[in-house]
Amino acid sequence: MSAAAAVPIREKAVKLPFDVEKIRADFPILRTKVHGHPLVYLDNAATSQKPQAVIDALVRYYEGENANIHRGVHYLSQIATEAFEKARETVRAFVNAADAREIIFTRGTTEAINLVAQTYGRVHVGAGDEVLITAMEHHSNIVPWQMLCEEKGAKLRVAPMNDEGELLLEEFEKLLSPRTKIVAVSHVSNALGTINPLKQMIAAAHALGIPVVVDGAQAVPHLAVDVQDLDCDFFAFSGHKMYGPTGIGVLYGKTALLEAMPPYQGGGDMISSVTFEKTIYNKLPHKFEAGTPDMAGVAGLKAAIEYMNGIGIEKIAAHEHDLLEYATEVVGALPGVRLIGTAREKASVLSFVLDEVHPHDIGTILDQQGIAVRTGHHCAQPVMERFHIPATVRASFAVYNTRKEVDALARGLRKVHEVFA
Amino acid sequence: MPELRDLYQEVILEHSKAPRNYKALESANQKAEGYNPLCGDRFTVYLEMDGDKIREIGFQGAGCAISKASASMMTQSVKGKTKAEAERIFERFHKLVTGHSHEHEAELGKLAVFSGVSEFPVRVKCATLAWHTLEAALEGKQEKVSTE
Ligand SMILES: Cc1ncc(COP(=O)(O)O)c(C=O)c1O
Repeated sequence: MSAAAAVPIREKAVKLPFDVEKIRADFPILRTKVHGHPLVYLDNAATSQKPQAVIDALVRYYEGENANIHRGVHYLSQIATEAFEKARETVRAFVNAADAREIIFTRGTTEAINLVAQTYGRVHVGAGDEVLITAMEHHSNIVPWQMLCEEKGAKLRVAPMNDEGELLLEEFEKLLSPRTKIVAVSHVSNALGTINPLKQMIAAAHALGIPVVVDGAQAVPHLAVDVQDLDCDFFAFSGHKMYGPTGIGVLYGKTALLEAMPPYQGGGDMISSVTFEKTIYNKLPHKFEAGTPDMAGVAGLKAAIEYMNGIGIEKIAAHEHDLLEYATEVVGALPGVRLIGTAREKASVLSFVLDEVHPHDIGTILDQQGIAVRTGHHCAQPVMERFHIPATVRASFAVYNTRKEVDALARGLRKVHEVFA
Repeated sequence: MPELRDLYQEVILEHSKAPRNYKALESANQKAEGYNPLCGDRFTVYLEMDGDKIREIGFQGAGCAISKASASMMTQSVKGKTKAEAERIFERFHKLVTGHSHEHEAELGKLAVFSGVSEFPVRVKCATLAWHTLEAALEGKQEKVSTE
């Protein structure tokens, strides 16, 4: 006792071993049995499960705080408004934005990217201009730009990657030109797990005065994100992939850019005065939040951030990294397995194919053993094309997964071999 | 609880590994392409029609074991049949794999091995992709059929 007592409390906390069983107990759904087996949930890149604290926050919101925000003088409306703006501050601190006004609540990553494309994009991209993305983007960071380019007569350019699934930085830099008006890139690829060299990419784009939109959907659950350090211009993410509720997400944007952008949708809350002749738009961030927002979702997102902060993002990252390394070793050693996405810098995702067996069949056989993986193209068809495969099996990890579950996955894959032997 | 063996019957596995009539028909006068965006399965069905009759049939493409075996066994079961006969078989096959009716199982012959699919609702699309494609080819439709 005496030696330990001499250690300052904070350091002691950091040295506490990571207790995954304690974390698992926070997630009620993990007690589910699937086809008679304990659920092994490895589809976290699609959406993560929710801890009790987040579920409770939603209940608490409806039981004790529900009222429309920014529009009433009554007690509940004031409470709800205050809670909503407090949550904005929590999000600001989470990604280290300079100002809470730079945090816009959206439905998710998809809406956040569309917002930028339809406002900033429509103003700044014209005929003959280019939008530069990468070969590993999710459809939600391809299609909004394609739509914009089609409308404007602009061109979508795509920076290539190598066989490991790593962006070719030199090629990316070569594609930057005075015609490039926007760069849009994922921080972490959902199909491959690749972590992109964002800082270098952003610096290269900024050298030519080009703003960078980051699809951070797969980054925030797994890495510490600091938008000021990255110096990105926009950063989009979804609550549901980081232990929060569905239907709520965030667009971070630099104040100067957001100020200069036209609004996205028109309606209540985004105005400061309306007459039939003219409407004066509200200030940031409300200018971009037309209509009644997902107030319960915002309460849940705040709880999710607090939950992650309670564990510590470094610990989450370290645990997931251990799982990914272990899974890479164990699954990679199985006969007939080919890993898709073997970048040096990766987070959370193990994508693979098996000789002779289609991912869809693997998915069904694993499901019979209670193992949830994603099989398909993961909303990244161009990535599948790049690797000449129709689909992959994807196991993706979260803070509550265990090495035992990785072993279950490996056992499940052996069963696939048995069925198809 | 559904059993894997009900789905992955020996006959199905065997057909998926060595599909019959797996070729692009040179003599084809009708063809169609089918696509399941959920899993990326993609098949082309080739028909050599002799009036109303399927004289020759072939298929090519890529997909899971269920979709491939289904395509393979489909070609065997409709060869030599008329358009109306083939459509009737599909109708019964569809009822079988969706679990709506097992009453025509006997008439379906070998195709009855797909009855296990009804226990795996998400796989119904796999089992019916080739059939939808056949239907489109019979109609002489040019656009790609999709199961989504
Ligand atoms: C990399 C990436 N970008 C964007 C999205 C879209 O997120 P959402 O569907 O929550 O808008 C996802 C998740 O599906 C993703 O993985």
